[in-house]
Amino acid sequence: MSQAPVIPDFGRGSTCERENGTFCLDWVGKHWHDKLGPALLQHLLLTGIALGVGFAIAFMLALAAHRRGWLATPVVLATGLLYTIPSLALFQLLVPLTGLSRVTAEIALVSYTLLILFRNVLTGLAGVPAEVRDAANGMGLTARQLLWRVELPLALPAIVAGLRIATVTVISLATVAAFVVNEGLGVPILEGLQLTFNTEMIAAGALAVALALAADGLLVLLQRALTPWTRKGVSA
Amino acid sequence: MTSEHIAQTEGPGAYPQAAPLELRNVRKQYPGATRPAIEDLSLTVPAGEICVLVGPSGCGKTTAMRLVNRMIDLTSGDILLDGQSVLKRKGSELRREIGYAIQQVGLFPHHTIAQNVATVPRLLGWDRGRIDRRVSELLQLVSLPPEVADRYPAQLSGGQRQRVGVARALAADPPLMLMDEPFGAVDPITRARLQDELLRLQRRVRKTIVFVTHDIDEAIKLGDRIAILRDGGVLAQYATPDELLAAPADDFVAEFVGADRGLKRLALTRVGDVELLPVAGATIAASVGLDTSLRDALSLLLSDGSRPLAVSDGNGVVAGLLSLELISQAMRRR
Repeated sequence: MSQAPVIPDFGRGSTCERENGTFCLDWVGKHWHDKLGPALLQHLLLTGIALGVGFAIAFMLALAAHRRGWLATPVVLATGLLYTIPSLALFQLLVPLTGLSRVTAEIALVSYTLLILFRNVLTGLAGVPAEVRDAANGMGLTARQLLWRVELPLALPAIVAGLRIATVTVISLATVAAFVVNEGLGVPILEGLQLTFNTEMIAAGALAVALALAADGLLVLLQRALTPWTRKGVSA
Repeated sequence: MTSEHIAQTEGPGAYPQAAPLELRNVRKQYPGATRPAIEDLSLTVPAGEICVLVGPSGCGKTTAMRLVNRMIDLTSGDILLDGQSVLKRKGSELRREIGYAIQQVGLFPHHTIAQNVATVPRLLGWDRGRIDRRVSELLQLVSLPPEVADRYPAQLSGGQRQRVGVARALAADPPLMLMDEPFGAVDPITRARLQDELLRLQRRVRKTIVFVTHDIDEAIKLGDRIAILRDGGVLAQYATPDELLAAPADDFVAEFVGADRGLKRLALTRVGDVELLPVAGATIAASVGLDTSLRDALSLLLSDGSRPLAVSDGNGVVAGLLSLELISQAMRRR
């Protein structure tokens, strides 16, 4: 007589998994391909799109405000308002409009980048010394040449500084996107929260932190490569 | 081409030579201002001369200069560069043909020295080889070592940056240079050296230069002509330094040039310009050269008991004697 066991078979978990250890490295290895790897890629995509779109919008707005100073205050107020809305509340507001979709997640993420990026681009442009601008004018640079050849390069340190803050913010915030779309490192984190088994949540969280640190480091390297005149020994 | 003309060889072509500049009844009133910054200014600068605009702060000298390259647009009147009205030109194109140097220099911090000097040639679309040749030629012209070419402005001293500023203004071989207190921000010793270098440079490149300063001594040293402006851009006097010191037009000019204008005038005259006394057994005191200024000669004379000075002709031969009487005569001349 064979009956189904009362306690179901949980499979051939490792000792660590069976004993519900705090962190099981072998679980990470086993589920890299079906859970963590894809989640990491989706997370990268979510952040990348948010930063790209956010930067494009903030950059245009900053250029406009650089030309017409009166634009700065309303843009800071509007983006500042977006920035203060709690992310979960913003999802709640957006779902009736754009549904449980990637679009909803991106709209929320983009809206959090705008204030930081706008302010930093504008501050960078405004920080160009008056005599540099005067000399550029006096030598016959047009307004467009002044912007692209002088003002934007000199604003690069401030722009990259803004990008770094925005990147780290978005990588962290994108985990919350799992509430509206089944993508990103937020998915294994949410899943892990509902289990007593912690490894999934810890691994996904650690990946998000590692991604943020790596992106930040890359941006630092990018800035060094792009702004050789700010290196030590150069700025005397 | 000899090296004497080297700085003129790469010009944009439209102006192979310096161009005359004429301001005709120029008026500038800023919107909302009660009085015009410049009421009615007329001034002609012959080609190849240095015209110094000098006056107290707020007299409109910088405004007048910036009207020329249309950094500021005039309210009425006209400005002619080489006979052509600057009002008919597109501002940015006009400015590429006019050298521009300012007190704070305004080098681009993110460009190397070579790139800074190459700014206008690049705007004009010169090819790379021509730009490279021109840059090294200019660095040499302003006495900068070739290795500064790849440095950034922050790595240079204040005096070196001023030189780069002048080189950059000269880059496209403009027929006219505008210089707004270009040596105002450096120490007195460096300033004197830069002034000497500008004069040396001017002997080689012969530009028409409009030079703005508030320092009358700088004006006297550099100017072929000096325009003294008073409030509202009114031209108090426009004359050569010698005329200005010998015969100030009014009390304002006299006060502005200073009570020591006699001495300043002596500083402009060389011993060689005076007809010396023949050598006839006079007691020979300290010797001066033909190039010595009368001011320095007077100082020597006074400190040496007022005996006539023996003047050396540079080859060790006594050219004649200079007495107090001769200096005094030179002062009364004209």
